[in-house]
This record gives sequence, structure tokens and C-alpha cells, in this order.
Amino acid sequence: MKLRLFLLSFVLFLQGYSQDYFPSNTGVKSPQNHYQAIVNATLHLNPTTTVEKGSLLFKEGKIVAVGQAIDLPENTIIHDAKGKHLYASFIELHSTFGFPPQKSRSRRRSVQYTADREGYYWSDHIRADYNSIEDYTYKKGEAADFRKAGFGVVNTHRPEGIHRGTGVLVALNDVENDAQRLLDDKASQQLSFSKSSLSNQYYPGSIMGAMALLRQFFHDADWYAKGGAKNKDLAIEAYNDIKKLPAIFEANNKLDVARAAKIGQEFDLPFVVTANGREYEHLQALKDFDASLLVPLAFPKAYDVTDPVSTQKIALSDLRYWNQAPANPAKIAAANIPFALTTKGLKKKISFYAQLKKAVAYGLDESTALAALTSRPAKILKKQKELGSLKKGAYANFIVTDGPLFAQATKIEENWVQGQQHKIVHQPEISLDGKYSLMLEGEKYQLEIKNSATKIAATVKQDSLSFKTKASYANGWLSLQLQNSDKSNYAQLNAKISSAEHLEGKATSFKGNRVDWMAHFEEALEVKEKKDKAKNYPAPVAVTFPNNGFGFAERPTAQNIIFKNATVWTNEAEGILSTTDVWVENGKIKAIGKDLSAEGVKEIDATGKHLTSGVIDEHSHIGASSINEGGHNSSAEVTIEDVVNPDDINLYRNLSGGVTTLQILHGSANPIGGRSAIIKPRWGESAEGLLYKGADPFIKFALGENVKQSNWSSYARFPQTRMGVEQVFVDYFQRAKEYQQEWKAYNALPRKVKARTTAPRYDLEMETLVEILNGERFISCHSYVQSEINMLMKVAERFGVTINTFTHILEGYKVADKMKAHGVGGSTFSDWWAYKFEVNDAIPFNGAIMHSQGVTVAYNSDDAEMSRRLNQEAAKAVKYGGVSEEDAWKFVTLNPAKLLHIDDEVGSVKVGKSADLVLWSDHPMSIYAVAEKTMIEGVFYYELDRATAQVDVIQKERNQLIQQMLSAKNGGAPTQKAPKKQAREFHCETLD
Amino acid sequence: MKKILFTLSCLCVFALANAQQTPAANQSKSLLIQGATLHIGNGSVLENAELGIADGKIVEVGAVGSSQNNYDTTIDASGKHLYPGFIAANSTVGMVEIDAIRPTNDLNEIGTFLPHIRTIIAYNAESKVVESLRPNGILTAQIVPTRGRIAGSSSVVQLDAWNWEDASLKTDEGIHLYWPRSYRRGNSSKGEDPLVYDQKNYNKQVEELKQYLIEAKTFQAGEKQKNLPHAALAGAYSGAQQVYLHAKEKRQILDGIDLLKKQGIQRIVLVGGDDAHLILPYLKKQAIPVIVSRPHRLPNTADEDVKLPFKMAKLLMDAGLTITIDVSGRMERMNTRNLPFYAGTFAAYGVEKEKAVEMITLNAAKILGIDDRLGSLEVGKDATLFIAEGDALDMRTNQLSHALIQGREISLETHQTELWKRYMEKFSR
Repeated sequence: MKLRLFLLSFVLFLQGYSQDYFPSNTGVKSPQNHYQAIVNATLHLNPTTTVEKGSLLFKEGKIVAVGQAIDLPENTIIHDAKGKHLYASFIELHSTFGFPPQKSRSRRRSVQYTADREGYYWSDHIRADYNSIEDYTYKKGEAADFRKAGFGVVNTHRPEGIHRGTGVLVALNDVENDAQRLLDDKASQQLSFSKSSLSNQYYPGSIMGAMALLRQFFHDADWYAKGGAKNKDLAIEAYNDIKKLPAIFEANNKLDVARAAKIGQEFDLPFVVTANGREYEHLQALKDFDASLLVPLAFPKAYDVTDPVSTQKIALSDLRYWNQAPANPAKIAAANIPFALTTKGLKKKISFYAQLKKAVAYGLDESTALAALTSRPAKILKKQKELGSLKKGAYANFIVTDGPLFAQATKIEENWVQGQQHKIVHQPEISLDGKYSLMLEGEKYQLEIKNSATKIAATVKQDSLSFKTKASYANGWLSLQLQNSDKSNYAQLNAKISSAEHLEGKATSFKGNRVDWMAHFEEALEVKEKKDKAKNYPAPVAVTFPNNGFGFAERPTAQNIIFKNATVWTNEAEGILSTTDVWVENGKIKAIGKDLSAEGVKEIDATGKHLTSGVIDEHSHIGASSINEGGHNSSAEVTIEDVVNPDDINLYRNLSGGVTTLQILHGSANPIGGRSAIIKPRWGESAEGLLYKGADPFIKFALGENVKQSNWSSYARFPQTRMGVEQVFVDYFQRAKEYQQEWKAYNALPRKVKARTTAPRYDLEMETLVEILNGERFISCHSYVQSEINMLMKVAERFGVTINTFTHILEGYKVADKMKAHGVGGSTFSDWWAYKFEVNDAIPFNGAIMHSQGVTVAYNSDDAEMSRRLNQEAAKAVKYGGVSEEDAWKFVTLNPAKLLHIDDEVGSVKVGKSADLVLWSDHPMSIYAVAEKTMIEGVFYYELDRATAQVDVIQKERNQLIQQMLSAKNGGAPTQKAPKKQAREFHCETLD
Repeated sequence: MKKILFTLSCLCVFALANAQQTPAANQSKSLLIQGATLHIGNGSVLENAELGIADGKIVEVGAVGSSQNNYDTTIDASGKHLYPGFIAANSTVGMVEIDAIRPTNDLNEIGTFLPHIRTIIAYNAESKVVESLRPNGILTAQIVPTRGRIAGSSSVVQLDAWNWEDASLKTDEGIHLYWPRSYRRGNSSKGEDPLVYDQKNYNKQVEELKQYLIEAKTFQAGEKQKNLPHAALAGAYSGAQQVYLHAKEKRQILDGIDLLKKQGIQRIVLVGGDDAHLILPYLKKQAIPVIVSRPHRLPNTADEDVKLPFKMAKLLMDAGLTITIDVSGRMERMNTRNLPFYAGTFAAYGVEKEKAVEMITLNAAKILGIDDRLGSLEVGKDATLFIAEGDALDMRTNQLSHALIQGREISLETHQTELWKRYMEKFSR
């Protein structure tokens, strides 16, 4: 009861005049307690309900009544809005309104690993304790821009950090002050993947680190709330207070949008994620993550394609982006993904309204568009009662337009916020547009006036003579300044306008006399037919899978096929079979033999060709948005599975070299790296669709110069020596063991005791290490020299762990016997050396020597270029050290499959295994071999014929889009300079 | 006895620490190689042939049994293949020993206009990287400077030498000009793409280069005051030296050739030329040979044919251009030994096999201006050649039994083969 009373008083207080109790020393109090009403308007109460000839009555900032027949109290100021439309004004959920532009981070020479702040979370980039209200200041100029675009309310925040604290909801009310404007000083919580510029703390150095940090933070907040921590953590405490607030998540690139949604789904946190504009490329992935979006309308400008040389370097995917992006909102709507719209990304907020119409012209349903600007954001803010529609009790926040909102010619004339009028178009009461006959000092002139409502322009002629004329028209006064043809004299005319039919006033004539002048309306201006912009929009070209030049028009499907008369490299006891058929059915190898045939099964003539299982690359860094998380000396909490990039053209290039499985490893920035992703390059599938389902999980470890940070100037992070590297492993394994014991002890408590005991902290990093200790996760370790190789085996043995794979392992040949005894495999380069000191003794015979001692040997790429010709690398095992051809071939197929524990499914041509097959033009290890077809589970993801033909298809579409851009440019559309896109290439050393 | 053992073991340790192979002595005995398939280097093959060598030169080439001379020694190479030594163009072997170790780097000179800089004097004839090229059939290399707009002069060396003077076959044979890049690195904090076209900067740099060339040319005509860089360009203007124009993009290539021609420089070689396939008739008309980027590179744009780097040689040869292979690129020094396989890859994508051999033998020699001495198995030329088990462009058969440089039979051992043998011996104990 008490609570109800309190709430009631709170409501009364809000509705009352909030500054009533302020003393006034500048005069007597003069409360504004009249009503106002807009009458005769078309009222769009909400996206689906319209009232014709309706009235809207409001007082003290709030709507009192709305409808067709409402009683207006006597003390009502009435605004006639005949022919006008009223809509609830728009709500911006994501802005930095009132905050200065973010400063770019100043780089320190030495990397900072620990947080600046004490008493807060261990990462400075978690700033949940911050409230944007602390630094927010109302900026009238910015507010005016938003209002011109139709917005009445903006949610704003300081864009600093991964958790940014709370946002402020502000009404764009210029007339009153913050006492009225501040609708909610903690309206939202704001998150992102971007670090704060306020701290130099290096971690997280990558997107996958940012993802891991957020997860750990959510776990920690939970644990802290249950009393698990012994220390004070103001950031967590603040978060636990605000965690129920609407969460707006800023993501800046296409894949990050899905990643943010994925984390939201994992923790059951309903994030509203800022979209990037390319959502139409991966709608299904977004749906799968239950994404809720905040969609920008910052459509790209056309490229300046007038210079063919630079134009050649613009990727088709970028040309398409310009063509396809305006349909993004429509496609998101069609996919039933809930969304609101945002001005994010627009350099000039004022252009929002035009972009909105463009989105509608591209198929976005009008009521969905309106909802995305009004009711939807209001709902996200949990403020449906006060915002987002025209109804009793809501704020009198509305826009007045001179026509239906989405019609091309419609203008927003007024934007009322909290019942305060803000004029956008300053309409003069009398329009002067037209042709006049002007009389001045006995001479007759022809006067023509245009755009008198906005930017007035006038021309004055006397037969063939024209006079340079300046005009202005404001507050009912017209003034004209004429310059005569020899530019020697001026005439100045002005007049108070009371009718458009007849203008008259005083003038100073060309001769300098003070005279009367007058002008008579003769006729109206010829109305030029307005161009329908929408008609000129080029039709969007088809979206492909993935949406770039080599993408598929439709996702390819598995085929049932018989390869006829091939030389088949089985990698099994049968060895190499000549003139043999291989039957593929439902993605598996159904039969291997002679003269196979079946009704309705397509046959491929492979006479004279070689058929092998697909190439497997144990060590790759393609197809990922980041590779290293070097912010800590262990980053076991991060996983490449979070950052797979299915659009990377290198995946297709890999297919062109017969690669059907690859492990994307974390880099070698730290001794304990991140978890890896084993993928199949299923070109056109989503990031999740690329993952190898059911494979054992792996993690990258690393040794030597990279983890010691030897080859660049970094002296702040432990370890700096191989001695230190050993201790990092001992420390982490030991802690993981203790962590596991702590949890075991907790889980073994009697139920009642357990219920009143706080659980140990859930630690993502330790969880991963425990998996290693338990033989549930496997290590692939970057290694070079024999001492460190030996060391890690010894450390692992102390903890009962077997290292699964040494990768690089260029001095493996020196300790091949020890490797064999430990049971570790070697995934090495065929012939790399001399690039740093620790590979001075690297020899191309390494693979052959390890192989001779019974070690499972693979050749890997670690390189986007080499990975598409690993068949040639395998041949080097024949050249250097004389490995038999059959065994050498296994170095890039069966052996890496064994090292990845997937040899039960892939790595050889065997009945029942996955149909991951490559058809080669020649002996697969011949330098002359070309992969003609690459199949993954029965699907041809690469065919040489198609790839070759695609070059012309790409050229054709490029030309089509370039033509469109040229015509856009000639039509006056703004353009941007051609960038040269070059995808980043990742190696072990890449620092993020 | 103990003393001798000690001395021997010291020598062993010394040999291992330095590990480079001892250069072979001058040819004193004449030699006949019999029964091999001869890959002449000019596109033709001679099967079951013999080849005579005396005083470091090829003195006879013919069918087995056609020899007119007596030879001190004979090698039976029946079933094997004889090739002229492969020539690595635009290489930097011997200039950097270990990439990550700055003290071993002698390439990164500072400055913009450095025509006076000479690679030859820094070339390390005893480099372990250099010796690793020989077992793959690479016996000659052009050593080029890489820093600066005008980076200096290159020399051609043979790969079995005591020192750089010994090594040099043609000293300061060409000047290297690295054409300005028409793009710059994008500023990611400004939201730019990784690489951005920057016409303003490009035009400025081209103008700067043009002014420099004009000044240098004017200098040649007047009294020879002391200006080392200008004086170093004398050969480029007189035609005594070639000018190697390093340019990848179409705009760079066209602007570069145009400027050099206008400055009266006639002997131009294009290096890189990734966009050369877009301007083939022009290059043909200008008669400009191309040292084409190695096939082991990624396409430059996402829309390019994924096989374009592999197809470049075929495209250029079909247009009638004389080409060889540019071995530069990522990890270029240790990868230089893969030159035969670069040629093989070009052959996999359209170039006829013998033409692929010609590309890295006679055509390389022609482009580098050493075809009077090297590049083919023809009488009068240096006996710089090797015997392979089979096709030397294919890894599996690129197995050398003999290699000769100027008639001297060189060691095919390396630091790496020694380690191989050492550890195989360990494991056989």
C-alpha cells in the first residue's frame, strides 16, 4: 500500500509542473496553464491507426485528448492544420548527442597490461559504473538537426568502453530546460566491442577477446551478486543494478552484429544491436541468433567511377553494396527480424528523412517503417505509455507534415516536443511565387519570384536586359536589390507585403531618387514536373552466397555422382587404384570399384584423371576476422569459432587448390593461445555453417621468439625468455588443477550445505585448461627449436597431458625419437627457413626425418597463398628426403586428419567416409596438376570451369553497376572516391 | 695423434659453424656428359645426346657418339636430364641472412635517390641461403637493391664463389627504379579501407622523380662536376646499363615507361607487372621484356581470376613478350630455391614445358644481358649446367646428381643436407 502511494505521488509529480516549487526573483510567477490543440489534421495515432480531420489536445507537454470529436476547453490555443498530417515524432535509440567526438586513443610505446582503475573490474574497458548523465550537455544545434529529421527524443551515451554504463533519454525540447527534457537519466545500458580511449589497457586486443571479456564479465557479475568475491568491485555492483535496463549494443561490422546477437542469446540478454547495413547478406544467421536490430539508413554513396584505372580496383562486392544497401531495411522486415531505425552512420542527421523515403521506395512497408521509428523504440525503452504514439497521457511529441510521411514531396514542417512547437519550415503567410510587372520610376520591368517560402530567388528583366538581383523575404517584408547592366548603379526596393496580387513600397532608384514602386501579379510560374526520384533507383542486383564476385547464385546442394575410370588415391591399404569408379551418395562415399553405375546417378568421366580425398590444412589463418589475442600471456578463453569469416575470398581460393578441411588456429602471440576452429570451406554458408560439427576441440599453444616478443620492441610482458615460457605453462596447468579440485569439492558438498555455499568463480580460461587436463581438448603447439619442444613435452607429462601436435616444429627432426615416445605429431612446413633466428637450423628434410621415426607428419600452410597448393608442398617430401609418393600424399590429407582426430570421417577415399574429394587433371603431386573439381560432402563447391567462366560474369555485372553509378553521378548524386580493398592476410604474427 | 684428432674436431666444428661449401677449383680436366636428354634452354630438346666441356666452356653438343674430341673424364647420364643452370632474376639472396635479425640485413638503405648504391659489394658469397639454391638447379642470380625511388645498381653473380669479386659475372649491370605507388595505406581510425588511392601524393612523387631524372640527364651533358648519384646514372642514359622499372599496376607501368622513354632511356625492363596482361599490345610495341611476378602470390583483387597469378606467363608469352620470373615477394630469399617450381606452375597453366625452361634460362640471360655466356647448352657458352634425375620443374624429379658452374663441379651439399645426414646418422645408431 505504501508503495502504491509512493508510486502515485511519483506519477503526480511527473504530471505536475515540475518547477512549481522553484523560487522566482525575476518577476512574478506566470504559469503556462492553457491548453493547445491541433485541429483539422490527419492524425496518425500509431503505425496502423489514422484519424481524418482529428484534433489533438495537449497541456503541459502531454496529450490530454485525441480524436475526431473532442471537446476543446475554452482556454485552448487552436492551430488549424488543415491538409496536414500528424505523426508521433521519431525516437533515436543510439546516439552520442551532447557528447564531444571521441578522441582517438593515444598510443604508448610500451603495452599496458593492467587496469588503471582500482576498486573496479579488472578491465578498464568495462565501465558499467559510468552514467552518461554525468557528462551529457544539451546541444541546441544537434537537437535542431535531429528535429529536422523528425526525431523528438534521443537516447544518448558516452561511447567509451565495452560496457559503457547507462544512457540518458532526452526530449529535444529547445524551449524549456533539462528539468523537462530529461525523460530518464538511466534509460538504457550501452555495450560494444570497442575499447575505451580512456585507458591504454591492451586487453582485449581482438574482437574474440572482447567477446570473451563480456562473457566472463557476465559470469563474474552473477558470482559477485551471490557473494563470491572478497574484494570490492564497483563496476560489477553498478552492473548488477542496471542489468535489467534495455541494452543497446553497438556493433560496427557485418559479422560483429551477429556476434553481439550470439552473446545476447547465450546469456538470455535481449540486446538491441546496431546493424551495419549489410544484414541482407546473412539474414538467416541473424534470425538464428534471435537478433533484434537497430538499422541504419546510411546508404553508401556511389563510387566515382570516372577513372577506369582506379575503378578496376573496386571490388564487385562494394559496387553491389551501393546498389543493394537501400533494400536492407525492407529485407530485414521481410525476414521478420524485429528492428528499429537509427541515424547512426549519417554524417548529416538531416539527411535521414530522405534516406527513409529511399528505404520505403526500395520496398520497406510504410507502417513497419513508422513502427521502427516510434512504437518499436518506445517498446524497447519500455516507455510505450509515454512515447511512440499519439494517445492520452503520452508526451505531446509529434511532427506536422504537409502530406503523407513517405511521399517524395512531403516536408516536415513542424516538430513539437513536449508540447513545444519547433518550426522547421518557416512558412510565410503569403507566397510570392509568380511573375510580376514591376514599375519603378516610370520604367517597366519583368519580375519573377521563386521559392518565396524557403530560399527566395528573384530575377528582374527589362526586355532583353537583365539585372543582377538579390532578394530577401522575412517577417512579411520583401526587399530587392537590383544592379544595372553596366554594374554602376543599384536600385533598392522594399515593401511590406499584405497581398500577393499587388506589391508596393518605397525604393531608392538607379538614379538615387527616393520613389514609390509597385508590382502587379501577372501569372503563376510554370510548374515543373517533379522528378520521381524513386523511378531512377536502379533495381537491386541479386544477392549471392557469399555476396561477392565468386559467390553462388543459389547455394549448391549435394549430388549423387559416380566418378568413372579415375586413378584413385585411397590412402588406405588398397593404395592407388587405376581405372576405378567412386560412387558418392548423400554426401558419403557409397562404393569404390570397377564398372559402377546406377540409374539416374550422374556420371563424371575421370579417365586419365586422379581422384583423391580433399587436402586438409592443419594450420591456417584464413577465414577469420581476428587471429591473435595477445593482451594476456594466456588467452584460453577466446575462440576462433567466434570470429569465423565465411566471406573471405581465400576460402574459395583454397577450394581451388583442393582444400576441404582446415583448422583456423589462433596465432602465436602468447604461450597459451586461443581455441581453434576446424572448418570446411563451404563457400556460401554462414560462419556457423562452416564449422566442422562434432570435431574434437583444439587449442593453440606457442613457444619461442613470438611468445617472448623477441622480434619487436616489447619488453613489458612476461615471459621474455624460454625459461619464463616453461613457467607460464606450469603455472596455468597447476592453477587449472586446483580450479578443478575446488569445483569438485564444491559439487561434492551435501545438497543442503551446497545450497548455502557460494559456488567458486566460473573462469572461462580455467575451464578450457581443465578440458586439456581431462583429455577433452587438444593442443597444437607452435614450436621451432629442440629445447622448447622437449620442454613442453616434459611439462605436459608432469600434468598427465599428451601434446597432440607440434606445429611448425622445424627442429622436430632433432628430437623425432622423443616426439615418437611422447606420442605427438608434427605439422610442419615443407621448406621454410631463414626468416628468423630460431629457424636457422630448419631443414626441408624435417618431414622426412620425423616420418622415418614414426611420427605422424603433416605439411601445413600458415599462409593464404600456400594453402591453395599444398599438393605441391607434399611433393617436396619426395624431393627432400625421399618419402614415398603415397606417404607424401598423406602429409596433406590423411595425416592432418589424424592430427585433428577426424580421420574416421575424412582423409581417405573409403566407403562410408565423407565425400570430400578432389578431381585432379594429373598426378596430384605433379607440378602440372590442376584441381578441376572440389567436393565437400557431395557438394561441388569449386569447379574450374565455373571459376573460369565466372571471371566474365563478374566483369559483366561490374560494367552494369558502373553504368548505374555513372548515371547516378550525372544525375547529381554525391560520389565517393574509389578505395582499394585489400583483405588482411593473417599469419601467426598478426597482432589481433 | 691426439693433437691431430683435436685439430680435426676443431675443423669439423668450424665447418659446421660456417657450413658453407668450399668453392670448386677451376676445371682442369675436360669432361663429356653422355646419354642425357638435353634441355637446350632455347625451347628445344635433344634426346640421347652428349655434351663436351673444356676450360669451363661448352665445346661440343651432339647426339651420343658424335663427339670429335677426347675427354679426360666422362659422366654417364643415360636416362637423366641436362639443363643450363637456372637464373634467378630480381633476387636479394646474400643480402639478408636472417630476415628478423637486423644486423644481417644489408638491403635497407635510407634515402630516395640512390643510383650510386651498389649491391655487389655487400653480396655475401658465403651465405647459407645462397648455397641452398644450388641443389635445386639455380646457379646464377641477379642481386638487386630494393630501397629508395632509385635504389641503385644490381649485378649478376654465379653461386659458387669465395667472395663477391669472384662471384660477379656482370657488375652494376642495371639501375633499379621503384615506381611510386598510386595508393597509400588507409587510416583505419578515419574509417578508410586498408589501401586508398592517393592521386595527390602519387602525382607529387612522379613529378619529383621526373625533375630528378631531368637534372641527372642535364648533368651528363655538362661538365662532370662531382655528383655521385647523377654520375651513377651515366650508363642508364648511354645505354650501357638497363633500367629496371619496378611497377605492378597499370597506371604505374604506363606512367613509368612513358617517363623513361621521354628521358631518352631506351633499355627498359619491366619488373613485376601484375597488370601487364591489361596492356599487352602496348608492351609488345615498346618491345619491353618483363620479369613477371612469381606465380606464388595471391590475386591482387577479390574479383580477379583466382588463377590469374598462375596464368600470367602464358598471357604474356602469347603476346610475344620476352619474359622471365621475378623471385621477389614474401619470404623471397629462402623461397628463391623454388624458382624451378614457379616455372613449373606457369607450365601447369598453359606455358609449354620447354618454353617454361627457356623462361628461366635463355630468356632470363637475354633479359639480364648475359646470353653471350649463359642461358643455353650451346657451344661457346659457360659450362654452367646441371644433371637432374628427371623433369627439373617438378619437385619429385628435381633431384640433382651434378652441377657445374663454369666447368667447375660444385658441391651439392648445404648446411641443410649436413644436418639431415647428421641426424639420420644419429637415429641409425
